[in-house]
Amino acid sequence: MAETLEQVTLRVNGTTRQLRVPARRLLSDALRHDLRLTGTHVGCEHGVCGCCTVLLDGDPVRSCLMFAVSAEGHELTTVEGLTPRDGDELHPIQRSFQECHGLQCGFCTPGFIMSIAGLLADNPDPDEDEIVEGISGNLCRCTGYRNIIRAVQRAAELLRAAESEAPGADDPSPHGAATTTSVSVPYAPSGADDHDATGDEGSAR
Amino acid sequence: MKPPPFAYHAPTSVAAALELLAELGDDGKVLAGGQSLIPLLNMRLAAPAHLVDINRIDELVGIEVGDDAVTVGAGVRHAALERDEAAAQAAPLLRQALRLVAHPAIRNRGTVCGSIAHADPAGELTAVLALLGGTVRVARHGGDSHDIAAADFFVAPLESSLRPADLVTSVRFPRPPIGAGSAFVEFARRHGDYALCGIGATVALADDGSVATARVGAISIHPTPLVVDCGAALVGRPPDDERALTAAAELVDEASSPEPDLHATVLYRRQLTRVLTARAIAAAGAHARRRRRGTTHPTQEGIDG
Ligand SMILES: Cc1cc2nc3c(=O)[nH]c(=O)nc-3n(C[C@H](O)[C@H](O)[C@H](O)COP(=O)(O)OP(=O)(O)OC[C@H]3O[C@@H](n4cnc5c(N)ncnc54)[C@H](O)[C@@H]3O)c2cc1C
Ligand code: FES
Ligand code: FES
Repeated sequence: MAETLEQVTLRVNGTTRQLRVPARRLLSDALRHDLRLTGTHVGCEHGVCGCCTVLLDGDPVRSCLMFAVSAEGHELTTVEGLTPRDGDELHPIQRSFQECHGLQCGFCTPGFIMSIAGLLADNPDPDEDEIVEGISGNLCRCTGYRNIIRAVQRAAELLRAAESEAPGADDPSPHGAATTTSVSVPYAPSGADDHDATGDEGSAR
Repeated sequence: MKPPPFAYHAPTSVAAALELLAELGDDGKVLAGGQSLIPLLNMRLAAPAHLVDINRIDELVGIEVGDDAVTVGAGVRHAALERDEAAAQAAPLLRQALRLVAHPAIRNRGTVCGSIAHADPAGELTAVLALLGGTVRVARHGGDSHDIAAADFFVAPLESSLRPADLVTSVRFPRPPIGAGSAFVEFARRHGDYALCGIGATVALADDGSVATARVGAISIHPTPLVVDCGAALVGRPPDDERALTAAAELVDEASSPEPDLHATVLYRRQLTRVLTARAIAAAGAHARRRRRGTTHPTQEGIDG
């Protein structure tokens, strides 16, 4: 029996994307398979590992514990949305991971980065306990976490420094840079190109 | 794994949701935050034919802090209640317990009413509702809403007295008496995991600083959230009296019926029960003292206890 497909409009990284997918399509799969945004990783699909973390209206959520249909009407930000389009400049959180050796194999990294983006938007100067709480929902098999904690401290420094230089310095979030979306993430791509991901992919699974 | 196929409905009013649920009967399932239901679907442990997503019903999103209770609508996420200052002032136990529910990213999606409806005996909020003597408001198509007391709501592990087509529209947490203190302590393998044992406590003090009432709500050591009145052990004693705390811990241990699993033996759970009960009551007593003196910092309420 052919499965009924839903027409879903998603706002991802400032752009509007259309897709036709079954209601049971997990948001993580919609991002990865239908929209080819493979920066969002999938580890467990139980909500345990945190690899699939994305921002929903600025707050970190598990994309494996949400259906794509339920995300309609919300602003999504994936790790791809942190960096400027076509730019090779890294986001301060990514830079700090590089500087502090916050990754080894890198599988967990996109999830950590999105959790940390949410944490620092909420709390620009977290102490170590708050950092540990903020990343407690992300598992890493490689690093032993110490360098990730250091990377968060460094990212907080970089973002606070960027904030005090930015023209919109009165923006209460650390991500003061102007974006076209309501999500306060610096360097979010501007422009709202419409990509249409409708196609066989939607019905293939 | 991937969820099995289902038909998806996203009503925008309670009336429409109730009508749908009535039509679907046994085939329908409410989807709230999805933080328990979607893992079950992903693991193919559940396969409802229809999901009724209640996330688009604005009238369910509301926290009401009244003179005698905090009422939380079915659209309210854990994170929203955790951040609500008025709710934390009125019933600090809410924030004390919410901080122990899973991880921030899960609390950003999971709902308070979903945690109650799910009736997991390891869920912190089930014990909070039972300990505070709360009620669950249930609506169904063609009938009036009615309230179910926590004591009658939780029937067995993952089983509540909800019937198919019932929708929880809100839960009501009565405020503890002014000046009463509370605490929630637990032990989990990793921060944010389900606790091997968790104890919430409320303590009210008499004018002379001795214990007037002391009650405990426990998770993960009983088929349903377990509430134990520890007054017999503590009334008239200082809330940090070691002997009295040991006696209280004994009462909770006796009332519990822990099950062994992969993570902990029965003996270990009993040991945790005793240690954590003493800690929770002592912490709730200290919290009561601070509240009486008015020395809790408003924005710290629920963080230090
Ligand atoms: C990794 C991980 C760790 C977790 N750790 C904890 C923890 O430590 N402590 C804890 O308490 N929880 C924990 N949880 C569970 C989490 O708190 C869930 O969010 C919560 O139990 C369910 O709320 P929900 O809104 O997500 O409900 P859903 O998952 O949407 O629904 C759960 C069940 O309740 C029913 N339901 C939901 N809302 C209603 C309603 N309004 N009326 C009628 N029925 C309804 C659904 O039909 C379903 O059967 C964890 C989850 C994960 C993934
Ligand atoms: S893949 Fe979503 S939490 Fe592991
Ligand atoms: S870097 Fe390998 S899992 Fe974290």
